[in-house]
Amino acid sequence: MRFGVVVFPGSNCDHDAWYALTHNLGHSAEFIWHDSSSLGSVDAVILPGGFSFGDYLRCGAIAKFSPVMNAVKAFAAEGGMVLGICNGFQVLVESGLLPGALLRNRGLKFVCRPVKLRVETANTPFTCAAKPGQILTLPVAHGEGCYFADDATLARLRREDRVVLRYLDNPNGSLDDIAGICTERRNVVGMMPHPERAADDLLGCSDGKVILSSMLTSFASPVLAAHTHE
Amino acid sequence: MSDLTPFEMDKVRSILGREPNETETGIFTVMWSEHCSYKSSRIHLKKLPTKSERVLVGPGENAGIIDIGDGYAIAFKIESHNHPSFIEPFQGAATGVGGILRDIFTMGARPIAVLDALRFGPLNDPEHGDRNRRIVEGVIGGISHYGNCFGVPTIGGETVFESCYNGNPLVNVFALGIFKHDEIFFGRATGIGNPVIYVGAKTGRDGIKGASMASAEFDEDSKDKRPNVQVGDPFMEKLLLEACLEAMRTGAIVGIQDMGAAGLTCSTCEMGSRAETGIEIDLALVPKREVGMTPYDIMLSESQERMLIVAEKGREAEVFAVFKKWGLDAVTIGQVMGDGMLRVKDHGKVVAEIPNRPLADDAPLYDRPHNAAPYRPAPLEPPAEMRMEAPTFSSRDLNADLMALVGSGDLCSKRWIWQQYDSMVRTNTIAGPGGDAAIVRIKETDTSVAMSLDGNGRYCALSPREGARLMVAECCRNLSTVGATPVAATNNLNFGNPERPEIMAQLVEAIEGITEACIHFETPITGGNVSLYNETLGEAIWPSPVMGIVGLMKTAMPVTIPFKAEGRTVMLVGGLGTCDATRFGGTQYAKVVVGKMWGLPPALDMDYEKRVQTAIRQIVSEGHVESAHDISDGGLAVALAECSFGGVAAAVEISSHMRPELALFHEGPSRVVVSTVSPEAVERIARQNNIEALRIGVTMKERLRIDHNSVTCVDSPVEPLRSFWDQALEYQLTPQHV
Repeated sequence: MRFGVVVFPGSNCDHDAWYALTHNLGHSAEFIWHDSSSLGSVDAVILPGGFSFGDYLRCGAIAKFSPVMNAVKAFAAEGGMVLGICNGFQVLVESGLLPGALLRNRGLKFVCRPVKLRVETANTPFTCAAKPGQILTLPVAHGEGCYFADDATLARLRREDRVVLRYLDNPNGSLDDIAGICTERRNVVGMMPHPERAADDLLGCSDGKVILSSMLTSFASPVLAAHTHE
Repeated sequence: MSDLTPFEMDKVRSILGREPNETETGIFTVMWSEHCSYKSSRIHLKKLPTKSERVLVGPGENAGIIDIGDGYAIAFKIESHNHPSFIEPFQGAATGVGGILRDIFTMGARPIAVLDALRFGPLNDPEHGDRNRRIVEGVIGGISHYGNCFGVPTIGGETVFESCYNGNPLVNVFALGIFKHDEIFFGRATGIGNPVIYVGAKTGRDGIKGASMASAEFDEDSKDKRPNVQVGDPFMEKLLLEACLEAMRTGAIVGIQDMGAAGLTCSTCEMGSRAETGIEIDLALVPKREVGMTPYDIMLSESQERMLIVAEKGREAEVFAVFKKWGLDAVTIGQVMGDGMLRVKDHGKVVAEIPNRPLADDAPLYDRPHNAAPYRPAPLEPPAEMRMEAPTFSSRDLNADLMALVGSGDLCSKRWIWQQYDSMVRTNTIAGPGGDAAIVRIKETDTSVAMSLDGNGRYCALSPREGARLMVAECCRNLSTVGATPVAATNNLNFGNPERPEIMAQLVEAIEGITEACIHFETPITGGNVSLYNETLGEAIWPSPVMGIVGLMKTAMPVTIPFKAEGRTVMLVGGLGTCDATRFGGTQYAKVVVGKMWGLPPALDMDYEKRVQTAIRQIVSEGHVESAHDISDGGLAVALAECSFGGVAAAVEISSHMRPELALFHEGPSRVVVSTVSPEAVERIARQNNIEALRIGVTMKERLRIDHNSVTCVDSPVEPLRSFWDQALEYQLTPQHV
C-alpha cells in the first residue's frame, strides 16, 4: 500500500508518520510538498501534525489555501482515505472537510501526555481493526485541541455514528469528550491523538498500530472504505 | 555609547592605528563583551580536559561534536539566556532555545533533543513570590512555544528554587543534534572571492547590543532594557533548519554560521578569523524590516533566525533555489577577501574596517584577582540542634518531614512543566522527562544517546570545588543508572561579578573542580558557555555551574525509576554511605525541614563513585534489575518514595551509627536503589567492582515503611505522598488566598 504524507511549511510530525508507515508497518510512503497540485498515485493520504505556517492566524487556517488541499478534497470526494492527525485534523476542519472547530485547550496550556481513548465506532477505514469500545492509549501533544461544534452538528455527528474516538480523561475540554470524527462518507478522519507516535514498543506504547493497520485492512477490502452510513 | 574600558579603547586604537568610528566602537564593544569574548574566564577554561578518541570537534566551534559509531556523530552544547529571561521571560527563554538550536544545525546536525536547567526564586517568597511565579509561567511558556513549534522534543532538565535567584533567574538550554561524519559543516569563510550570503529573517532593531547587556549586572533601570531582548519566531527557525540542511546537501556551501549574540558582527568576523581570510559586506544589501537603520544598528542587531553562508562561487543559484522553496530571503551581501579585514560598506562607502583576527581572537584577556576566599553565604558550624551532642531529632515525625520534602519546590514532580513540552516529536524518546536521564534512540543505528543536566548551587555555595565535583559525579551517575556510559560533556558556568575577587575565586575553584572530575570520569568538555555578572543590586547568585553530559548505550527498553512488582528485593548499590552534621548542611532536609544552611557538601570519593557507576551500568544493561534510581537530593527516603510513586512501594530496614534523620535524608553520593528478582547477580557484580550492595528490603503494595536500627521512622500509605508530590508545583503556582 502506498501512503502520501503531505508536508506543509511547519509540519513537524511528517517524518514520524513516514517512519511509522514504512518502518513499523513495512509499507511505502512518500512526502507530498504542499504546493503540489497532485497527490500522485497514493492509496491514502496523511495530513501530519505540526505547526503548518506557524499556526499563524489560526491553526490550519493558512494551510487550507495550499494547492495540495484541492487535490486532497478531490481525493476525498472519490472515496480516498484521508487521515488528519493533530494539526492535520485542524487543517481538515479549516478546509471544511470536517465540521466543527478546534479551540484553545481549556487549561490554556499546551499538553503532551498519553491519554486513554475509547474507539466509538469500528466503521471507518481507520478503526476497522479495533473492536467498538476498545480502549487505546495514544499520546496527545497540542495547544488547540478542544473540539467544538454547534448543537445541530453535534447531534448529527452522534446520530450518524461519526464520533470515532472519545477521551476517557479529557485533556483539553473537548465537547462531549470528542477526540476524533469522520465525514458522512466515513473515509476522512481527523483526530487529535498521535497514532504514529505509538507504533513502536520501544516508545512505550504500540496502540497506534490499531489505527494505522486499519488502513491496510480496509485497503485490502475496499467495501468498507467506500461504505456509506445510512 | 561605548562600554569599553580606557585600557580596551587603547588596545582598539593600537589595532586600528587610529580612532575608531561609532560603528567600529560598537563592533569592538560587543565582540569584546564578556558574553562573546570570555575575557575573564578564558585563562581558566584552558584547564578543562577537551580531548578523547570520540571528540571530533572540541571547544571553539558553534558546538562540540563526538563520534557515536556507525558513521554517525552528535553535536551538542548548552547555553544560557539568563538576563533576557528576567527582563522578558517568555521571549527571553524562547530565543534561548532558538539560539542553541541554530548552534546545532549550523554545523549540519538535525536537532533531536532539548533539555533545560532552570533556576528561579521561590514561589512562596514573601516579597518576590508574585514576580517569581510570573517568571516561571513565562519561561516555561517560552520554551514550550519555541521547541514545540520547531519540532524538537524537550525531554528533560531540572528546576530549582532558591532566594538567590529572586532577581536573577537562570535559563540554561542544552540541545543535541545528529548527523553523519561527512555532513559536518564549519563556520569558516574559505575561498577568496566566494560569495557571502545572508539567509533567513530580516534584520530589525531588536536585541541591539544584547550581548553587552548580558555582560552587566542588573540595576533599577534594567527594565528599560526590554528592547534589548530579541523576539523569536520558531516557525521561521523551522523553515531555516529545513532550508539549511537541504542547501548543505547541494554541496554548494563551504561555510555557515548562525547570527547569534552580536549578530552580523560576530558571524562575519568569526568566519573570517577561523579561515584566516577577510570578509567584505555591503549593508545596503542586507534584508531589513525597518527603515532608517544605521550601520551601527544593522551590525549590532540580534534579530533571530538568521544565518550567514559562504558558498562556492558560481553555485549561488543552487543555494538560492532551496531558500526560495522554503520562502526565505537569501541575498549575496559580500565576498570573502584575502586581506584579513572585516570591511563593512554602506552603499559602497566604507563604514568600518577592522582586522579580523585581533577583533575575534585578541580580545583582552584578564587574570582577575581571585586570591580571596570564595564568598560563603553560610557558616561552617552546624546549628546547635544539629550538633552530635544535641538531643536527637528522632522525636520528630519523620513521616511529616518526608511529606514536606516530596512537596517542596526542588523535589516535587515537575509534571506541570514538562507536560507543556512536546517530549515525543520525532519518535525517538525512549525515556522522557521525569527519569534519572533522558534517552533518545538513533533510528539509523542500534545506539541510543542518554543525556542529563545537573547542578547544585547549594553545594557550590558551600564549596565551589567540591560542589562542582559532585555535580559531574551525579550527572555521570544519572547516565550510568539508565545503563549509559558517559562520554562527553558541556558546561554552563553561571556566576556573579568576576571583578569581585571572592566571586572570581568561586569561578576558579568550580572550574578546577569540574576539571578534576571530568578527567576522572573521562568526560571531556567539548564546549559550553560562561554567564557572569548574574547580580542584581549588588547581590550575586550562588555559584551555579550546570553540567550537561551525554552517554551512549545500546538501544533497549529503558530501566525506569518506579518499582514494578511486589515481592522484589530492594537493594542499595553503593551502600548506605555516611554523613556527619557538617556534611548535612547542604541537604534538602536542612533547607526544607531545618530551614538553615551550613557546613560542607556531602563527601565524595571519586574512585568509589566510579566503581559504583561501572557496576550499576553492568547491572542495568545486563537486565538484572526491574527498576533503578540514583540517590541525590533528599537522600534515601526521598529516593524510595519516588520509586514507590508508580503504586508499588517497599518495606525497608537499615541500620547505621547515624542519627535517623541523617541516615534517611543524607545526600551522600555513589548510591543507587534497585529492585530485582536476582539479588545474587547484583551482589556478584558489586563484589567484582569492590563496592557494597545491601539488601535493604522488599517491595510491597501501597505502603512505604523505613525502619532504622529497628525503629520505624517512616510508615505511610503511598497515595497521599504521591498526590502531594504530584500536585505541589501547580498548587504553589496558584496565588494563595489567605
